[in-house]
Amino acid sequence: MNPRRAAWLAALAVSAVAALAACSPGASGGSSGGSSSGGLKTGLKVYVVPKQLGNPYFTVADSAKTGGAIAALNALGESGTETSGTAATPSSQIPAIQAAISKGANALVVSASDSSALCPTLTSAMRRGVTVVTYDSDAPACRDLFVNQASSKAIGTSEVDLLAKEIGDSGQIAIVSAAASATNQNAWIGYMKQELKKKYPKIRLVSTVYGNDDPTTSTQVTQGLLEQYPHLKGIISPTTVGIAAAAAVLDSPKYRGKVQLTGLGTPDEMKKFVSDGTVKAFELWNPADLGYLAAYAAVDYASGKLSGAAGQSFTAGKLGRFTVGPDKTIVLGPPLVFTSSNISKYHF
Amino acid sequence: MSDRLREAARGLARWESGLAVVVIALLIGGPAISPDFLTGTNLFNLGLSNGEIAIMTLPMTLIIISGEIDLSVASMLGMASALLGRLWSEHVPMPAIFAVIAVVGLAAGAVNGLLVTRFRLPSLAVTIGTLALYRGIATILLGPTTVSGFPVGYTDLGVNGVPFTNDDMTWSTLVFLVGAIASGVVLHATGFGRSVFAMGASEEAAQFAGIRVKRIKTVLFMVSGLVCSLAGVLWTFRLDTAVQDNGLGLELDVVAIVLLGGVSIFGGKGSVAGVVLAALAFAGIQNLLLLTNFNQEATGVVTGALLLASVFAPLAVGQLRQLPWSRRPTTERIQS
Repeated sequence: MNPRRAAWLAALAVSAVAALAACSPGASGGSSGGSSSGGLKTGLKVYVVPKQLGNPYFTVADSAKTGGAIAALNALGESGTETSGTAATPSSQIPAIQAAISKGANALVVSASDSSALCPTLTSAMRRGVTVVTYDSDAPACRDLFVNQASSKAIGTSEVDLLAKEIGDSGQIAIVSAAASATNQNAWIGYMKQELKKKYPKIRLVSTVYGNDDPTTSTQVTQGLLEQYPHLKGIISPTTVGIAAAAAVLDSPKYRGKVQLTGLGTPDEMKKFVSDGTVKAFELWNPADLGYLAAYAAVDYASGKLSGAAGQSFTAGKLGRFTVGPDKTIVLGPPLVFTSSNISKYHF
Repeated sequence: MSDRLREAARGLARWESGLAVVVIALLIGGPAISPDFLTGTNLFNLGLSNGEIAIMTLPMTLIIISGEIDLSVASMLGMASALLGRLWSEHVPMPAIFAVIAVVGLAAGAVNGLLVTRFRLPSLAVTIGTLALYRGIATILLGPTTVSGFPVGYTDLGVNGVPFTNDDMTWSTLVFLVGAIASGVVLHATGFGRSVFAMGASEEAAQFAGIRVKRIKTVLFMVSGLVCSLAGVLWTFRLDTAVQDNGLGLELDVVAIVLLGGVSIFGGKGSVAGVVLAALAFAGIQNLLLLTNFNQEATGVVTGALLLASVFAPLAVGQLRQLPWSRRPTTERIQS
């Protein structure tokens, strides 16, 4: 071959390879985003993936209007998008996560519809350099950080304190829980028992019943409690389904004001029971703050400011400073108490 | 006979070139619609979410060409998945589980095949029955429970690609490609394949020609059972989840792809190449819709439309040819 032609061919081949290399997206994914401000990268593509779309709780947690995750991302100069399926199942959520990864996500903020089924997808994302932060519902084996709404201890003790304030420091109380096997419920109930023993020795927990997060079952077990313990002074239901069912049972002249109820509930479901006096106070976390914090954690992690090591701290905008705890977990803070004075401000 | 075959081949060649045009259009137009379309990450996800469906189209192709249909494919996938979950939760060693699943898959296919061939029942009715039956067995095996936490070595199916592909090609894609080559050879280059075409064109004629129609059809259904079980194992591992409704409703996607691939619903016509192209087109269209924020759960619209189009298009083309102004010169008409 003519040497000059060979040289041309070689040059052509090299430039073709270089062009291809420049075009190829690279296996690591997660292009590094744009410039940085205050040490945080901006222009990151962050996908917020709630368990499902259209669920009011997640709409509050995620949307820009309520000050949720997207609001935080907008404030930080990132490009935030909410995406998910319409059912809270892995088969509905996974395609949305895959699409987000395909679209070059730098970070995912995910509420896991299943702690295990999402793992291959999320692990694949992390391997491709995408930051994975779970919020609300964890997938412990396959995320960089988990933003927990409230610590189990805070939920357990604060509900006992709320009820004790309403019934005075003595009397019979009972718990209407979800499923007997629910890990989080049992952890909370454990802390409730500790708190009762420590601070309220005259309050006696007479029974724990299980409504399995089913409205009908929860109603039946609450009615059973009231018949079995006519002197019952209070009920704690640390589940939104249970507390709504129990409140409906107590919403009659026979019980109103005589049996107190507190626990974890959503303001929308509990509004009418608070306004007619059946329920004085209940609690939950502020979902918007949860989403806001998760978004900050994701951006900090994607910017290399956090590695998940316990003891690291970072600032999450208006919410202030947070510290990473054990198991790469960040706790939002004490639960938010809803009473007749503030309930009208919340819609979820 | 050979004239008929040649005619079929000519018609299919046209159909396949049409599909090839669609696939090329997707390759060119796709990146314009979404810059993420041809990225390695996306191709990996595309392979992941369509791999099992594509694998199941291969035995379905042979079955439909033979003049039958197997609507129980997704239920056999679900049954294999439930079996895997149940046995794993009872600490049965993995190789033994695989053996059981293979045997059960073959048996499920044999039930379909024997009911169709020995009792002369229409496969449409038989496999609608076993669609419900096998899904029911999956429900009995697992109930409402979800089994997860399979060994990482297996669940890495959903994380790692085939070596030397930059982790961009999934194992299920590789299984599909290898399976497609094998099916193509069997269907188009062996006596077995010719028998499948012959019985699809006319079962009676095939029988008179000495083809063992019943045996071949039973074998095809058994292969379908085995392949769908394999798809069930892949599905379970890549999602690290065994639930009784795994793969629910996938049979429609499988049938849609096979018909889109130019396989005649009446049997006797079709090619593996067409089905491979159809699988690529189907996966590409679904994926592009996902990337462009089309409501993912509404992609059933696409499956349905493609199914109808692929049944209607050949009919419409036939009708057009009947019109006086589209008649071809007589010489060509004689040829065709």
